[in-house]
Amino acid sequence: MKLIILNDYDQASEWAAKYIRNKILQFSPGPNKYFTLGLPTGGTPLGCYKKLIEYYKNGALSFQYVKTFNMDEYVGLPRDHPESYHSFMWNNFFKHIDIKAENTHILDGNAADLQAECDAFEKKITAAGGIQLFVGGIGPDGHIAFNEPGSSLVSRTRVKTLAKDTIMANARFFDGDLSKVPTMALTVGVGTVMDAKEVMILITGAHKAFALYKAIEEGVNHMWTVSAFQQHPQTIFVCDEDATLELRVKTVKYFKGMMHVHNKLVESPPSEPKKN
Amino acid sequence: MPSNKSVSDAPITQFINCRILRDNELQREDLWVREGRILDPEKLFFDEQGYADKRVDCEGSIIAPGFIDVQINGGYGIDFSQASENVSDGVSFVAKKILEHGVTSFCPTLVTSPPEVYHKVTVSFLSVLPQVKVHDGGPHGAGVLGFHLEGPFISAEKKGAHPEKYLRTFKSGGLEDLMEVYGSLDDVAIVTLAPELPGSQSVVRELSRRGITVSLGHSAADLSQAEEAVQHGATFITHLFNAMLPFHHRDPGIVGLLTSDRIPAGRTVYYGMIADGIHTNPAALRIAHRAHPSGLVLVTDAITAMGLPPGRHTLGQQVIEIQGLHAYVAGTKTLSGSIATMDMCVRHFKQASGCSVQEALEAASLHPAQLLGISHKKGKLDYGSDADLVLLDEGLNVKATYISGEEETGPPVPSYMIDMVLMD
Repeated sequence: MKLIILNDYDQASEWAAKYIRNKILQFSPGPNKYFTLGLPTGGTPLGCYKKLIEYYKNGALSFQYVKTFNMDEYVGLPRDHPESYHSFMWNNFFKHIDIKAENTHILDGNAADLQAECDAFEKKITAAGGIQLFVGGIGPDGHIAFNEPGSSLVSRTRVKTLAKDTIMANARFFDGDLSKVPTMALTVGVGTVMDAKEVMILITGAHKAFALYKAIEEGVNHMWTVSAFQQHPQTIFVCDEDATLELRVKTVKYFKGMMHVHNKLVESPPSEPKKN
Repeated sequence: MPSNKSVSDAPITQFINCRILRDNELQREDLWVREGRILDPEKLFFDEQGYADKRVDCEGSIIAPGFIDVQINGGYGIDFSQASENVSDGVSFVAKKILEHGVTSFCPTLVTSPPEVYHKVTVSFLSVLPQVKVHDGGPHGAGVLGFHLEGPFISAEKKGAHPEKYLRTFKSGGLEDLMEVYGSLDDVAIVTLAPELPGSQSVVRELSRRGITVSLGHSAADLSQAEEAVQHGATFITHLFNAMLPFHHRDPGIVGLLTSDRIPAGRTVYYGMIADGIHTNPAALRIAHRAHPSGLVLVTDAITAMGLPPGRHTLGQQVIEIQGLHAYVAGTKTLSGSIATMDMCVRHFKQASGCSVQEALEAASLHPAQLLGISHKKGKLDYGSDADLVLLDEGLNVKATYISGEEETGPPVPSYMIDMVLMD
C-alpha cells in the first residue's frame, strides 16, 4: 500500500489527477488498446475531475481511447434528475472532455431487471479486459461505492439497500426531505473493485479521518469495507492532512518521509505520448 | 439505457467557447442545436450516444436568444403602413436587414390608417394586411409574429403623429367597429387601443379571448381605467411615457400600472420602452426599470428612416434629415420618429439603467416572448426552444445572428451606426 499525504484538498486532487494522467499516458491507449478507468462520484473527486479537464484542455491528455466504468447509481431516480450519477458525470466530467459516449458505462438504475443490469455490467468490464485503474472515494463509515458496512468483501455488482446514515447524509441533495432520497442503489461489489489492476482511494477532510484509520491501521473488516484493499497488491490512498488526524504519528511520518519517492509517480511525462 | 438513435439523423451543431444566457444568467456552456432547436446534450450523449457534426467557435461571444421587436413601423426607406402592390417585399426587405441588429422576429406595426389599408374595401386598392402572413424566420429574414395594429381606436388628445382624420371610436358597440376597420384579425398579434373609449372593455375581452395581445397606448386614461382594462385582459403598454398622461402623484395614469396593486394575481403587465436616449429621458427609463424590471420590453418604434445614412432623405411626402440618432423634419428641430436599431437600444438601456448584461438582453428577448405568450419556443435558450440566436461581444455589439441554428448574417452593422451609439 502507498499512502500519499498532501497538505490540503486541492493538492490531493491535483496529485490524484496527475497520477491518472500518467497512468493513461504510459499505457499509450489506441483504437485497439483502450485504457479502462473506474470512476466515483461525490464531492471528493470533484477537484480531481477539474484537473483532468484542465489537462485535456491543455492538450496534455485525451480520453478518446479511454473506457470508463462508474461505481454506482441510484435505483429509480430519473436519469436526468440533477442528483443522478449520470447527471453528475455529465456535468462534472464527460461534457468537458473528448470521451465517446459508447465508451462510458454507468449502471442503469431504471432497468426493468436490476440484477440482469448488474450482471451485464460485470460482463462489460470483463469484455473490456478488466479495469486498469479503479478510482474511489469513501464515506465516513468507510463504505466504498455503495458497499455499506457489513457488505461482503468478495461481493460483485448488485442491488444494495442504503444505510440510514447514507440516506440521511444524502437528504441535503433532495431538499432535505428523507422521503425523496432513493433507498436503493446499484453498486459494484468490493470484489469487483478488488479485481482492478490498481486501486486509488481519495480521502480528504477531518470527518473521514476515523475511516482512514480503520482502513489502514486496523484489520480487514467488513464493517469498514474500504479495509479490504489491504489485501490488494496495488492500492494507493491519497489524502490530505486533515484525513490523517486519527493516524499514529509513526504512520504519518513514515509515509511523509517517502513523499519524495512517491512524487516521482506524478512528474510530467518526458515526451509526447506515442501516437497510435 | 434505451437507444434512441432513430430520434434524428439531422446534423448537430455545437457552439463552443461562449457564454449563454440561460436561467437569468450568463453560463459558460456549449450550446447544441439540431433541426433548428436547442438540444439537450446530456440526452444526446446518454440516449443516442451522438456527437456534434459541426463545431462553431464563438471566440468568447455571448449567445442570447434572438431579439424580438414588437413595435417597428418600417426602416430603410420602407413604411409598412404605406399600401402598395409590394408591401410583402418591403416587409421582407426590412426583415432581412434587421438581422444585422440581432432581431430574429418582429411585429410589423401599422399606425392609424384608413380601413382600406387594413383590408380590401375597393377592388382596385391593395391593402397591407392580406399581403403579409405570420411566418418563421430564415434565410429570407427575421420571422413575422403578426401585425401590431397601433390605432385607429386611440385618443384624439394623445394621437401623437397619427392622422386625426382616421381615428375611430367603438360607436357600434365594439367588436363590429374593430372588424369594420381591420376586416380580419388573422395575422394580428397586438392591438394598441385607448381604454377610455366607451365600449373598449368588451373589445379588450374579446381580443384577449382570441389570443391577441391588447396594449394600452395613445390614451388619456386615468389609472382606474387602465386597471380595468388590465382586469379585462390587457397586458401591454405601448411606448411607456410617450402619448399618455404624464405621471401625476394623485393620478399616475397608465404609468401607474407599473406599481398597481390591482393587477390580477399571477399576471404581469409589460411595457414597451423606446430606449434610444431621445424618446425617453434616461432618468425616466431608470424610474420605470427600477419600479418594474420584469415587465420592460425594449421596442425600437423605428420609422422609415431607420437604417438610412446621415443626410437628407425624401420619404413619401416628407423630407427628413438624419443627424446622429435624430431624425428631424428637414429644416426644423421636430423629431420625426425613432431611427434607433434594437442592438443600439439594448446597449443604451444597459448603460442608462446600469442593469446587468442579462437584464438588458432579456428586455429584448425573454420579455417580449413572454408578452406574446411564446416563451416556450422563443426568447429563451432552453432545450427545445427555437435556435434563434444572437452572438454579441462584450460591448453587446452584434457579431452574428442565427435563425433556426443557421447563420443568417455575415457583415455587421455599418460602422457609422455603431459610432452613433458610442456618443450617447
